[in-house]
Amino acid sequence: MRKTTALLAIGCLAALPAMAQKTSTQSIEEYRAMLADGNPADLFDAKGEALWRQKRGPKNASLENCDLGKGPGVAKGAWVELPRYFADTGRMQDVESRLVTCMSTLQGFDAQALADTSYGKGEMANITALATWISGQSQGMRFALPQQHPMERKFYALGEKAFYYRAGPMDFSCASCHGSENKRIRLQDLPVLYKNPGDGVGIAAWPAYRVSNGQMWGMQLRLNDCLRLQRYPYPKFGSDVTTALAVYMGVNSAGAKSVAPALKR
Amino acid sequence: MTNTKYILAGLAVTALAAGCASSASHQDLDAEFAAMMKSSFRDQGIAKTDRLNQDLGQAACSSPTPPPADVAKRIEAESLATIKWPGDGQYFGDWKAGEKLAQSGRGMTWKDKSADTSGNGGQCYNCHQLDKKEISFGTIGPSLYNYGKIRGVKDLASPSSAPVIQYTWGKLWNSKAYAACSNMPRFGHMKLLDDTQIRHLMALLLDPQSPVNK
Repeated sequence: MRKTTALLAIGCLAALPAMAQKTSTQSIEEYRAMLADGNPADLFDAKGEALWRQKRGPKNASLENCDLGKGPGVAKGAWVELPRYFADTGRMQDVESRLVTCMSTLQGFDAQALADTSYGKGEMANITALATWISGQSQGMRFALPQQHPMERKFYALGEKAFYYRAGPMDFSCASCHGSENKRIRLQDLPVLYKNPGDGVGIAAWPAYRVSNGQMWGMQLRLNDCLRLQRYPYPKFGSDVTTALAVYMGVNSAGAKSVAPALKR
Repeated sequence: MTNTKYILAGLAVTALAAGCASSASHQDLDAEFAAMMKSSFRDQGIAKTDRLNQDLGQAACSSPTPPPADVAKRIEAESLATIKWPGDGQYFGDWKAGEKLAQSGRGMTWKDKSADTSGNGGQCYNCHQLDKKEISFGTIGPSLYNYGKIRGVKDLASPSSAPVIQYTWGKLWNSKAYAACSNMPRFGHMKLLDDTQIRHLMALLLDPQSPVNK
């Protein structure tokens, strides 16, 4: 037994110089392969499902009557049709801002307090887990955001403007990095987002578990971090600009298969 | 016949109305976009909402189609006029310090404590190849491997090197002087790097001893 451990240790040491020769992309591909049967996102998925059914909040109610756009309680297929217009709030909402609405109306949480909670903390971590589970209920389905309501079409147009908007101390827009084919930052491949980037790419790959920092990220945080690196000011959670960008990407991705919850660098 | 005339007249009126509606809705969309940007962001640390205010070049380059030639020319001319050339004629620092700056993508986010140039990197490898030993480089910009060598720079003091030296300083200071909608940040103009840091990057790119030119 001890011998085996020692042999394994030598084997690992011997593998070290070979590891150093690999690009980080290769290493990550290997890590992805290792995790293929067990994406840590599954843990968030399971937590999200439990949260959906659990009676919680000041009103001690579950989210099982939450309307994500396909009728109260219907989670299957909801993710690939969001963001969309909701008549009851009169707003365009993505899955995360819609969850805030449901947690407020059904469970009695304070919507503003929820939206103001930091990513990864308290109820915001719960919202991310819920979004992870909801996205998983559409895994393998194709994006089909509705564009019937005038507000849905307007948000596509606003999202397109936001995508190309250049500002800040470094003059970056979304298009600076996601506007041409076959580009990368360091070794990270950049999806082209002004058109359909294909199955499981761009919006079709979030929420995702990020291997590099061990965190589960929803689309709100994905866009928040893009805008941070654009050196923009801070986008408020569930803000119209993040919703409009998600509409732009989602409509561009019409017909693309969602792989969420995904595994990312 | 009479009926057809009425129909045609009706169509013309409809077309006119549609034309007006479309231009009005364009303005509406611009106004709504401005309102959306204003309401969607807040200050966080050094990243204040005034960062969303655009200058001429940023506004003209915020579309999938490039600006008209006369606008591009104006942006380039105005950008060229902003460039501060080194007063003492000293264009070069230490390429080793330049390599460190080229590696660093730090600075100017809401997580950074200060917007002072001392905390900022040059971010070069994010988008460009430079030293061939560094395999983790981006491809948004062209490869800069052998940048000086390809341009025939054998001796920095030689008069024949002067044009490429000046162009490179200008490009680092304000990239939009040479391409109105360049993807590259304006390191000098936007106070991302100071003269000493730009001198280090100049050495990395042009010094015959720099690994970039090996």
